[in-house]
Amino acid sequence: MTAGAVASAPTEKPLPAAPRDYHFPHFEQRTLANGIRVVVAPVSKLPLVTVLALVEAGASVEQPGKHGVAALTARALLEGAAGRDGVELTDRFERIGASVDAHADWDVAAVSLTAMSTHLADALGLVRDLLRTPTFPEREVQRLKEERLTDLLQLQAEPRGLADEQFSHAVYDSSARYAAPEAGDARSVRALTRDDVMSFYTARYLPGGVTLIFSGDVTTDAAVALTESLFGDWTGDMPAAAPAGIDAVQSGKLVRVVAKADAPQSEVRVGHVGLPRNNPNYFDTMVMNAVLGGLFSSRINLNLREVHGYTYGASSAFDWRRANGPFVVHTAVKSDVTGPAVSEILLEIDRMRTDAISEDELSLATSYLDGVFPIRYETTIAIAEALANMIVHELPNDFFDVYRSRVRAVTTQGVLAAAKSHLKPDQLRIVVVGDPAQITEQLTVVTGVTPEVVTAEEIA
Amino acid sequence: MHIPIETFRLPNGLLCVLSEDHTAPLVAVNLWYHVGSANERAGRTGFAHLFEHMLFQGSANVGSNEHFEFIQRAGGTLNGSTWLDRTNYYETVPSNQLELTLWLEANRMGYLLPAMTQAKLDTQRDVVQNERRWSVDNQPYGTWWERLPALCFPPQHPFHHSLIGSFADLDAASLEDISLFFSTYYTPDNAVLSIAGDFDPAEARAMIERHFGGIPRGAGKPPLPEMSLPETFGGALREVVADDVMLPRLFLAVRSPAFGTNEFYAASVCGAILGLRKGSRLHKALVREQQVAAEATAFTYDLAKGADLLVLDVTARPETTVEQLEAAVAEQLDLLIENGVTNDEIARAVTLIETAMVEALQSAGDRADKLSMFATYFGDPTVVNEQSARYQAVTTEQVNAFARKRLVPENRASLIYVPREGQEANESSDLAMAEAP
Repeated sequence: MTAGAVASAPTEKPLPAAPRDYHFPHFEQRTLANGIRVVVAPVSKLPLVTVLALVEAGASVEQPGKHGVAALTARALLEGAAGRDGVELTDRFERIGASVDAHADWDVAAVSLTAMSTHLADALGLVRDLLRTPTFPEREVQRLKEERLTDLLQLQAEPRGLADEQFSHAVYDSSARYAAPEAGDARSVRALTRDDVMSFYTARYLPGGVTLIFSGDVTTDAAVALTESLFGDWTGDMPAAAPAGIDAVQSGKLVRVVAKADAPQSEVRVGHVGLPRNNPNYFDTMVMNAVLGGLFSSRINLNLREVHGYTYGASSAFDWRRANGPFVVHTAVKSDVTGPAVSEILLEIDRMRTDAISEDELSLATSYLDGVFPIRYETTIAIAEALANMIVHELPNDFFDVYRSRVRAVTTQGVLAAAKSHLKPDQLRIVVVGDPAQITEQLTVVTGVTPEVVTAEEIA
Repeated sequence: MHIPIETFRLPNGLLCVLSEDHTAPLVAVNLWYHVGSANERAGRTGFAHLFEHMLFQGSANVGSNEHFEFIQRAGGTLNGSTWLDRTNYYETVPSNQLELTLWLEANRMGYLLPAMTQAKLDTQRDVVQNERRWSVDNQPYGTWWERLPALCFPPQHPFHHSLIGSFADLDAASLEDISLFFSTYYTPDNAVLSIAGDFDPAEARAMIERHFGGIPRGAGKPPLPEMSLPETFGGALREVVADDVMLPRLFLAVRSPAFGTNEFYAASVCGAILGLRKGSRLHKALVREQQVAAEATAFTYDLAKGADLLVLDVTARPETTVEQLEAAVAEQLDLLIENGVTNDEIARAVTLIETAMVEALQSAGDRADKLSMFATYFGDPTVVNEQSARYQAVTTEQVNAFARKRLVPENRASLIYVPREGQEANESSDLAMAEAP
């Protein structure tokens, strides 16, 4: 072949071969006498194991004035336990190459561990110590508080994170836990003490609400025996569920600009309250969102990015929680097209509600969600997280077996009904972090509402 | 950890790498083109990346947006990325869709130009300029990844200029540039094609030959200028940037040996001892003990040509001044030079690196990308299977020798971000103190 020769390659799009069967990794569930649940998915592809220990200690159960205590408690677990300080614990994990992390989200706290399977017993022994006998040293609790306050300070100059927090603040009522940041705002975090951490730990870290999920190179019998030996003599019942009202909302439309003078781009959030993860409309709603803004080839992304070139990317999502999490469209657009971009988003939301999507759009979304299913579970961490989702939201045990057929069963009418029920144009909250001098007038024109202008500090 | 690897080359020069794994019915396709921002001509910064966007705009037999649509409809994921010296394109799909993916990749390698239009170029220019605003200009510290290479590589060096590019240079890009860049660099003899996952090797090979075999070899690309550099900067480099940030942050880079060289592994282990995870020296000393930093990490760029960079990335706590932050970091480097590292520290670093490598090889997409990387840089993908042994062979003497030679003050480049308003406040308080009796 010489340079300049004409290329010749097949021009016709090839047809797929026969698909090979796929099953989500087989898993088993056991419950120990003290209430600890053990879920094990043995996958022996590589000599790795992930363990996720879920605890009923998420931010949703925090008392007013104690926001941030769930995250602080989870992080502080790693700072000392069973006579070892944080440095020693870290060294113990890292010397065997293990990754360990502890954090709290809205629904639960989780300690996650990934290690070579030969080190599982050692590593899980350390996890036992930090879950059951944490010491919460005063100095380290204070340091972790300072680190959270530092994050919050940084947020004031970080448009993406700031827009996310400001959006939650704009959707939920000020009495609702969901209105404030998951890890607490500056005022609440500053007031937290070691005693608060200790009380939260004592009230919430109880085996009746604990699940250990194993995935990777381990057998069910070995995982259960190890859990029994490390956690079998731990006692305590399931703690109380989150109170009502954590998802109380503000009603009506709102347009708010969070001032960032001279910003070259506007970080845009448009949305309202959504619905809980465990709801009968889940599949219709998820497919509806995929068509609206969940995929690269979705309406919102193709419109804002590929047709108009307004943005690097635009998407929409339901934030699935136990209570009513938010639905939000997010994008970042050049300041001078902020109005037109918001206008296109509003049009796309309306369009989902007025006409049924085409069969072609439906099949793009459903064949994607159906086909990509095995690709989502290639790693021990991804498998463990999927199982955690099943536990946290009390999904049926056959959820992963029926997932693909449920996706394929969604119809254009189902999508239309989901759009009519769960997209609410008259309740849209629009929050833009950007330059008020450039965007206020544009937003007034396209929304018919004069935006409120606030500063980042007013909320933090 | 050993990956099965089969390698062959088509007559047109395309290097092909196959790695079977039938755990799940999925397959990853990954193409590395050996071209990146380093190959851009003067006045065209950002072009390699803009060009990458154009490769998703269709080709002779594929309509605009159809590349994404076909893969997503097939149940696959996809993307591409541009780096200083390479550009990659990748898909992971259900294994029965392998041929679709190869067809799409071959179609754009062989028949891109008929689909290129001024309108598509203009839209993608807007998209890329918005990407720049999003990831660089409207992000605190966002300019670090163009300022740091600019500080560390001399002006004429191919790694000196911005990868994302300037607005003016992006504005200047034309369809003629597209055509020239394509015919020069997007040729089978300048690419590696890797397939990892669930496939039959004989079938895959036949598909590759069918789809890529007819694409002609290129005329050769212009060589990059001399990439090698002295072992050190030859003097401390320093740039202070007043920016829209809340806290000072120091990026301290040292010039280090190129990726894949013997000395690289010592440098990589040294970096891990300094700044990989919470058991590292910087985290223990600066974040935990002294509490002068909110975060402290270290990493290598892994540049395989000329010289690499080992970078310490340290963000100050609110009450820490830039001077305190710099002094605290310098102290750690000086201590390491003076006293060396321990066997325990090396063992910790190597174990963490090895476990991370195993974790990274779980997904077919990551495996295919690593194979393409080693094949592109070293002509041999089986180098991936040697990495563990290379790390295990690192000794304290090697790390200490690296430290004594490379962590020295004349090989430190400091890029320092300071808050714009904070800086003013500090200046005025200094003034007030000077006036006090």
